[in-house]
Amino acid sequence: MLGLNGRDTTLLVIVAALALLAPFILNPFPTDSGLAQFNAGYPDLMQRFAIFGIFVIGFNILFGLTGYLSFGHAAFLGVGSYAAVWIFKLFTYNVVPAILFSVVIGAIFALAIGFISLRRSGIYFSILTLAFAQMSFALAYSVLSNPKFNLTNGETGLQVYADDPQMFHGDHLPNLPHLFGLSMRANYEMSVGAWDFNFNAGYYVCAALLLIMFYLSMRIFRSPFGMMLRAIKSNQTRMTYTGLNARPYALAAFVISGMYAGLAGGLMAAVDPLAGAERMQWTASGEVVLMAILGGTGTLIGPILGAGFIKYFENIFSKINDNVLHGWFAFLPDGLEDFIVAILHPFIGKGWHLTLGILFMLVVIFLPGGLVEGGQRIGRLFRRKSGKDDAEKATQSTPAE
Amino acid sequence: MSKSNLTRRGLLKTGAVAGSGLALPTIFTAQSASAFINDPTGGTVTLGFNVPQTGPYADEGNDELLAQKLAVEHLNGEGDGGCLNTFSSKALRGNGILGKKVTFVTGDTQTKSDAARASAKSMIEKDGAIMINGGSSSGVAVAVQGLCHEAGIMFMVGLSHSNDTTGKDRKANGFRHFFNAYMSGAALAPVLAKEMGKDRRAYHLTADYTWGWTQEESIVASTEAIGWETVNTVKTPLASTDFSSYIAPVLNSGADVLVLNHYGGNMVNSLTNAVQFGLLDKQVNGKDFKIVVPLYSELMAAGAGENIKGVLGSMNYNWQLDNEGSKAFVKSFGEKYGKPPSNSAQTCYSQVLLYADAVERAGSFNPCAVGEALEGFEFDGLGNGPTLYRAEDHQCFKDVLVVRGAQNPTSQYDTLEIVEVTPREQVMYPPNHPMFGGDAASLGECNDGA
Repeated sequence: MLGLNGRDTTLLVIVAALALLAPFILNPFPTDSGLAQFNAGYPDLMQRFAIFGIFVIGFNILFGLTGYLSFGHAAFLGVGSYAAVWIFKLFTYNVVPAILFSVVIGAIFALAIGFISLRRSGIYFSILTLAFAQMSFALAYSVLSNPKFNLTNGETGLQVYADDPQMFHGDHLPNLPHLFGLSMRANYEMSVGAWDFNFNAGYYVCAALLLIMFYLSMRIFRSPFGMMLRAIKSNQTRMTYTGLNARPYALAAFVISGMYAGLAGGLMAAVDPLAGAERMQWTASGEVVLMAILGGTGTLIGPILGAGFIKYFENIFSKINDNVLHGWFAFLPDGLEDFIVAILHPFIGKGWHLTLGILFMLVVIFLPGGLVEGGQRIGRLFRRKSGKDDAEKATQSTPAE
Repeated sequence: MSKSNLTRRGLLKTGAVAGSGLALPTIFTAQSASAFINDPTGGTVTLGFNVPQTGPYADEGNDELLAQKLAVEHLNGEGDGGCLNTFSSKALRGNGILGKKVTFVTGDTQTKSDAARASAKSMIEKDGAIMINGGSSSGVAVAVQGLCHEAGIMFMVGLSHSNDTTGKDRKANGFRHFFNAYMSGAALAPVLAKEMGKDRRAYHLTADYTWGWTQEESIVASTEAIGWETVNTVKTPLASTDFSSYIAPVLNSGADVLVLNHYGGNMVNSLTNAVQFGLLDKQVNGKDFKIVVPLYSELMAAGAGENIKGVLGSMNYNWQLDNEGSKAFVKSFGEKYGKPPSNSAQTCYSQVLLYADAVERAGSFNPCAVGEALEGFEFDGLGNGPTLYRAEDHQCFKDVLVVRGAQNPTSQYDTLEIVEVTPREQVMYPPNHPMFGGDAASLGECNDGA
């Protein structure tokens, strides 16, 4: 189907099902139960899952296939956001032009930065991209925002004001980003028994684009172009000796992944019309590298899993505070309760980075292929075990006389 | 591995089943009947406390959180009741808000607009918070205020000193208890003229974001009005930790006053750098060199230690204030946490009580009704003396304190001494003042998220 082989089709269908049914899957606990703390099915987080999924799929096209580790990818995300908010400010709250423009701006930035950075490889390439990203951050944070010339609105973040021109904004349209009149914030809450499920317009726009982008990356992975990119990763020197110039391929991959990042940035602005400079900071660039590695670089589904994993930790674990812990362990005697809370305290709330760091280390040490490898191992375990059972049965079925 | 036998008929069948499956639940569920977003229907009401727990303003944020927890206790009738006893409005009875027990969720703004909005959004969407309170940066305050206005949630601003928060960025759903940069300028200028004379030359170092810009603008305007000259204004990035490279040029600029438009960790570092460079021991133009920190806090004073001796600044509140509300608050905060409350703690404590009181008086959690109850509200007994929430721009007006780093502190908390209490008439300004967005600034329509 759609030019994919059977196995890839299955994968695409699984991803599509996960994306469409996310409001159910992510809200497994009844709203009033104690475990509702772990529900992730609220619009903001679901949107983040999809948006960062797109971002890291794009990053994986560069890093997973060519092996070029860009440490400045957040810059493209940031310029994408600024581009989208400027469209909102000047023209219209419709997200389509904003998203298209953010992809174009992402591509232009990627072309310029890639053209220079790709002259080097390895650590030098990483440092160059990092330098460019930090430069963009500094520009957005302070240089391009001062009372006289304010392109980015610095620390506060670029946002839409009531006195902005918004040339094509009609009175009948919602005063928020919308898709031809359907507000991105439009939300339908479905209550079934004790459960509440959120169906959010913004999320489904992001999810639809995530599916398209996932399909696109699948086609790139399976194409001759993708094969060339893999050749760059495995042995660039040999590729050069066979008479192929690797740089245009690498640049193309860089620009494509820059466009993915621009799209993700545009979507971030589309679901929440504010562009802050922090999303271009090096920590944001590092985060996408973590997501890709945690999920499994070079695999199709891995990066999405990694993005989901990290965003889940960031948003769910960071909100568990001591009060919540005291609630959980209230059944224990007082002294023991305080002791357990004190032990767990560094790992929750603002300590979620610590928990994530430990998990990241464990994954990198024991599962170098990321979460995908974990899944494969579990799968193999079951298969081998069932195989062994058969063998045992076979031996047992011939009792020794 | 998989064998897909996809036929046209099969696809249609699956599609129809899946479609009707998705549509089915909508038949027997109805939209909840609430007229506004996050209407608390159960026996509890959730407030969202969104404060910086990491980053340059983390000290302020953690102190805010302590005060917010204390306020929730008092609202629920636990503890000694604190300011509930001294508050001039008697609508609160210590039985929660409108009979509902108050619970809260917390979040970390990281002093970043993006992170603060994400955290506020999850409080609104996931936890059903009806009101967001807290924060320690005007950049964040403006960003979160915009979000709350779009979502239809009340926002009690917390610590934000920029003119923009209730100026060009004012919003119908946001109320500010803190004073602002204009008021600092208006309160400081007479004291500066008296203590330092009218022919000073000032050099400004300014944190490079909305708060820094408006404070610089306000202080420049009010000091030039008393005859001072502004030599130079230099912007410094919020993330800087070392200001030596900004201090060195001050020495050769011919300036005899350094104005630090810095806050929190920034101010601690820049002041320390300035003192290390020996600025305070210098004589320029035949006068002693002076440093002014227009916005002070106890936490900054504690961080800067010895260096703040004699340095002038302004404050929203100080625990040494001698009125009934302040005494009651300092007592219950001190008994619970073993230290006197800071300016930021008092701000958030008052705002939680004020919000609860407004809900009681309005008889509804609807943000528009609550907003109406707060607009033009005059009260006393929360520690700041007589206070007004102005209806036109949702700015709070009360006396402003001019303070000085104590020369001989008697305890580790006695770091600041009150020089003057500037009466509120002196810091009043018209709502369409040019520094506050002029006539173009508007609160917009109140939004209840329906």
